[in-house]
Amino acid sequence: MSRNKELLSKIGLRLDGRRANELRRIRCKLGVFTEPDGSAYIEQGLTKVLAAVYGPHQVRGQRSKAQHDGALVNCQFSMAVFSTGERKRRPRGDRKSTELSMHLQQALLAAIKTELYPWSQIDVYVEVLHADGGIYPACVNAATLALIDAGIPLKEYVCACTASLANNDVPMLDISHQEEAIGGPTLTVAALPMSGKIVLMEMSQRFHLDHLPKVLEKALQGCKDVKNILDEAVRLHVQDVGSSTGWVIKN
Amino acid sequence: MFTTKSFIKKNKIGNYLKHVREHYIRDDIFCGFSCCETCSLVESSLTEEYVNKCSLFKFNHYLILDTNIILEQMDVLEEPIIGNCIILHTVLKEVKHRSLPIYKRLMSIVDNPSRHFYIFTNDHHKDTFMPQKDGELINDYNDRLIRKACSWYMDHLPNKKFVLLTDDRANKNLAKEDEIPAVTTTEYVKHLDEQVALGDKLKKKDSEVQKDAKSIFPPHLSTSAMLIGIKEGKLYQGTFRASRDNFLEGFVNVEGFEDNVLVQGRKGLNRAVDGDVVAVQMFDKTEWVSPSEIVLEDEGVSEENIKDIQKNENELKKNAKNSKKDEIRPTGCVVGIIRRKWRQYCGILQGNSDGLYQIFVPADSSIPKIRIETRQAEFLRSQKFIVTIDSWPQHSRYPHGHFVRALGKIGQQSTENEVVLLEHDVPHSQFSEEVLSCLPKLPWLITDDDVKKRVDLRGIDICSVDPPGCTDIDDALHCRPIEGDRLEVGVHIADVSHFIRPGTALDLEAASRATTVYLINKRIDMVPELLSSNLCSLRGGEERFAFSCIWEMDKEANIINTRFHKSIIKSKKAMTYEEAQITIDDKSKNDSIAQSLRNLNMLAKILKKGRLQKGALVLASPEVKIRMDSETMEPLDVEIKKMFETNSMVEEFMLLANISVAQKILEDFPDCAMLRRHPTPPSTNFDPLVKAGKHLGFDMKIDSGKNLAQSLDDATCETNPYLNTMLRILATRCMLQAVYFPSGAMQKDEYFHYGLAVPLYTHFTSPIRRYADIIVHRLLAVTCGADSTYPNLLNKQKTVELCQNLNYRNRMAQYAGRASVAFNTHLFFKGKVQDEEGYVLYVRKNALQILIPKYGLECNLFLATKGETSNIFEYDEDNQTQKAGNLIIHSFDRVVVRMSLDSKNIQHEKFTLQLVEPFIEGFSVQPLGQTEMEVDTNEAKTDKKRKSTSEKGNNKRKS
Ligand SMILES: [Zn+2]
Repeated sequence: MSRNKELLSKIGLRLDGRRANELRRIRCKLGVFTEPDGSAYIEQGLTKVLAAVYGPHQVRGQRSKAQHDGALVNCQFSMAVFSTGERKRRPRGDRKSTELSMHLQQALLAAIKTELYPWSQIDVYVEVLHADGGIYPACVNAATLALIDAGIPLKEYVCACTASLANNDVPMLDISHQEEAIGGPTLTVAALPMSGKIVLMEMSQRFHLDHLPKVLEKALQGCKDVKNILDEAVRLHVQDVGSSTGWVIKN
Repeated sequence: MFTTKSFIKKNKIGNYLKHVREHYIRDDIFCGFSCCETCSLVESSLTEEYVNKCSLFKFNHYLILDTNIILEQMDVLEEPIIGNCIILHTVLKEVKHRSLPIYKRLMSIVDNPSRHFYIFTNDHHKDTFMPQKDGELINDYNDRLIRKACSWYMDHLPNKKFVLLTDDRANKNLAKEDEIPAVTTTEYVKHLDEQVALGDKLKKKDSEVQKDAKSIFPPHLSTSAMLIGIKEGKLYQGTFRASRDNFLEGFVNVEGFEDNVLVQGRKGLNRAVDGDVVAVQMFDKTEWVSPSEIVLEDEGVSEENIKDIQKNENELKKNAKNSKKDEIRPTGCVVGIIRRKWRQYCGILQGNSDGLYQIFVPADSSIPKIRIETRQAEFLRSQKFIVTIDSWPQHSRYPHGHFVRALGKIGQQSTENEVVLLEHDVPHSQFSEEVLSCLPKLPWLITDDDVKKRVDLRGIDICSVDPPGCTDIDDALHCRPIEGDRLEVGVHIADVSHFIRPGTALDLEAASRATTVYLINKRIDMVPELLSSNLCSLRGGEERFAFSCIWEMDKEANIINTRFHKSIIKSKKAMTYEEAQITIDDKSKNDSIAQSLRNLNMLAKILKKGRLQKGALVLASPEVKIRMDSETMEPLDVEIKKMFETNSMVEEFMLLANISVAQKILEDFPDCAMLRRHPTPPSTNFDPLVKAGKHLGFDMKIDSGKNLAQSLDDATCETNPYLNTMLRILATRCMLQAVYFPSGAMQKDEYFHYGLAVPLYTHFTSPIRRYADIIVHRLLAVTCGADSTYPNLLNKQKTVELCQNLNYRNRMAQYAGRASVAFNTHLFFKGKVQDEEGYVLYVRKNALQILIPKYGLECNLFLATKGETSNIFEYDEDNQTQKAGNLIIHSFDRVVVRMSLDSKNIQHEKFTLQLVEPFIEGFSVQPLGQTEMEVDTNEAKTDKKRKSTSEKGNNKRKS
């Protein structure tokens, strides 16, 4: 990537025309498949992710894994071969997807009321259809929607967002692939935005502690913004579903 | 708040890959006019009060610039006569993509509020953005966007007038169709009220010339033809280097070739200019020749006449036929230019002819003469000025260029300084408003918060020791006894990184300048004066921020522990080397400063001894000081710099501080610590030294630095005390340049500093005048918790790039300093004839290379006129001697020569030497009259102590 590119221009616009505190466009839809118990599709900018949820159901495979005090949450992350510019076969279970699966599980466990379903299992499958930066946040957000669609009780939304620091000074929200490539540390945060609890936090490179508070604050603000958008989508979806079954009157 | 639109872009990275990028269209972008009621206001420097005075338009108007105007007519735009310009973001992006230097120049205009330029982000504005059509070329698309923006402005602000400035005919015509007023720069500038000179600054287009002109040069291949040729191995890509002595000869450095490819003659060079990247075609082996070794000066006076070239070419051919077998080089010809590396050239006008077209002679003799068009030839004849090349058409003997600006009267001190700076690529413009805005506001006060964060050393007796007249004091010292019969020694360095924050305009400017450049009577600061001579300068009696390196030492100078911290100091006194020396020597003085100086001096001697034992080299290079008349700024006298013991004292502690800091930062940043290495020279570099030693009967051991130091110490001669210095001068020339590098880029054993014989070294002690030190300060500040990191500091690749610039600028600064000394020495010698003592440095076939220590000069004493062989001297190649009768002249022999200045060539003055002693019948001249000799002998008594050039924290200061 050209070293002459600056993340934030003099006039305060980013390379794609956003300002520092703006999210990319988010579009999402619940219930995109009929087969799983819950499903969702989300677009954050050009990053596109599908999520499907099965369960809660009996523990399959090794019965011994079943827990007496709560449901087992099993996450599977994968990327489509066509999801990046270069076509690449991505075997399931490579290091990157295992890591992302585990991070996803950690975020979801914080929100799902697993104690309601002892001895059972919930499967969450996410697939990246197109990757353009911020894959993990999109996966978390998609999984949240799919869980809601499946009717699994959550403590609250779990949302994720990235943030970075432009020109060593200005915190910047929702980093695109282009911006990632130019450089600068990327902070990924997954949080329960209503209670303000952080459930996962990851840095892409070394970063001085002094800058952390403002970038973190920005990322949390991003999570809240995401939550509002998801919330609206959920309400619309419920309205849609409700009106088709006749218990909500759509105006 | 915003709508989105994504678009598809194809990019080529090896394979064809589809890149999709988002592109957000906004409705909150400001048009730039404060009178506008619809847009949200943001700062803009467009103003109604400024009026563009062009007689083509009867009304005040705002200019919208096309890309080609900015890329090609920057010299015109930099004139303050044009203002109220709107720069579209589309244009800005394209400019940045095509030429970074031009982009920077543009941005400095935009940043200057008195120029009234405004950037309009048209490509993200909801009303001016249009998607690219299928199959539409990017240029056409950009032009369409520009026109769209023009129309939008005209609709948006109907009571303002807008004019599109474009040199692209197609775009202009299309604009006319859309009823947008559009003019070319030539038209516009012609109708401006004032300024003849502005017309000279216009870039000339090829199309102006008559079509039937005869071709002087073969045509160039197209870019695609060259690329195919290179791919197929028929052509080679390389950098063209013109010969300085022969305008019809040059070399092409092709990567992977052992020898450079020789190119000769008009057809061979084919309009390549020094530095260009070219494609060469190789000749058949039978046509290869040897370099001509003849000096050919371009004596042409007009553009069309090429008779003298043909004559010269014939001479070359004749010469080529006599090529010596063993000197034959691969030969070829330039068939095309891949990338032009034209820059701006300094020079003068040739001859006295009248007329619109004039020939410009660049100061750099590897650059061809340039044809310019000017209406002010009379004025330019007295001036040195800058010209830039626009094009080199096939039918023109000389490249076509245009006048950029005048530098001043020929031969004047200020003019020559400017030339030196330009020719060595030293950035020396005034600091921009943006840079100055990063400076702290005066009065600068130390707050309680500052005191809390720093160690308060204001009570300690600290002093600084520097050359006389030094205003940028970046180091101060103290030494006091502490318990246990130990000494506490502190080196306090100006805390520049406190004021220069990473990523600010000030920081970027300092990084680009890299170093302060010292000319004889001018200093080009790396940071603005407020910092360099005031807030950062550790002046006596003032409270200043410092970065301190403090050692506990025993009386044998063994370090017991080291600590680093930021501090506040108050230097008791700023002394010169001489004052400090007197204080030390004056036994009656016994105050704390005198005592600490004595202790420091004592420790320094031990440190130095230890360092020399480990194999550090003491090298020599004649460094001179020019005494200036402070009123007329004319050089009064040239003398060797005086050295005191205190010079060495300060040097030792700076070295020690640098070494201690290097160890510390490497420990904490194994990958990105900024260090300085001095590579061990390859043994072939030492050949001249070994040879010279052998002729004198000394065995120079060069296998290690330590042995070399020993051999140099041993090589003394009682009858010729200067001999040892001569050997050291020779040894200095065998060395390689010391360079900065990030620790991650090299293997551990490559960190070695050969000259100092230390495994680890860096620069910490002069942050006011070296950017590397600022980086080191930042790293060290992180390790002691005083400051935070930022991404580029930890990025190895970024540091590598930074180091490249620092190394380049340092080298250039060094050359510029030397050029300035040379010019002033010449000025001093103008009209003088003197007999001076000198030593033979090398014996050559037709000349003796003489070193004149008093002036640090090195000149050739020719034994015969050019092209002839002497009938007095006999050259012995094996023993490197010249024999005249019974007299044999060896290397390092003492001679007396008569010096005078040859000013025939205004741009390249040089010294002419004549032999006085030893007297050789028919060759030597009689000594000058007694009166002048007397003056000479007095001056010859000046101290000739050699100057150690071993690396030192602060060895290059303004004298
Ligand atoms: Zn407006």
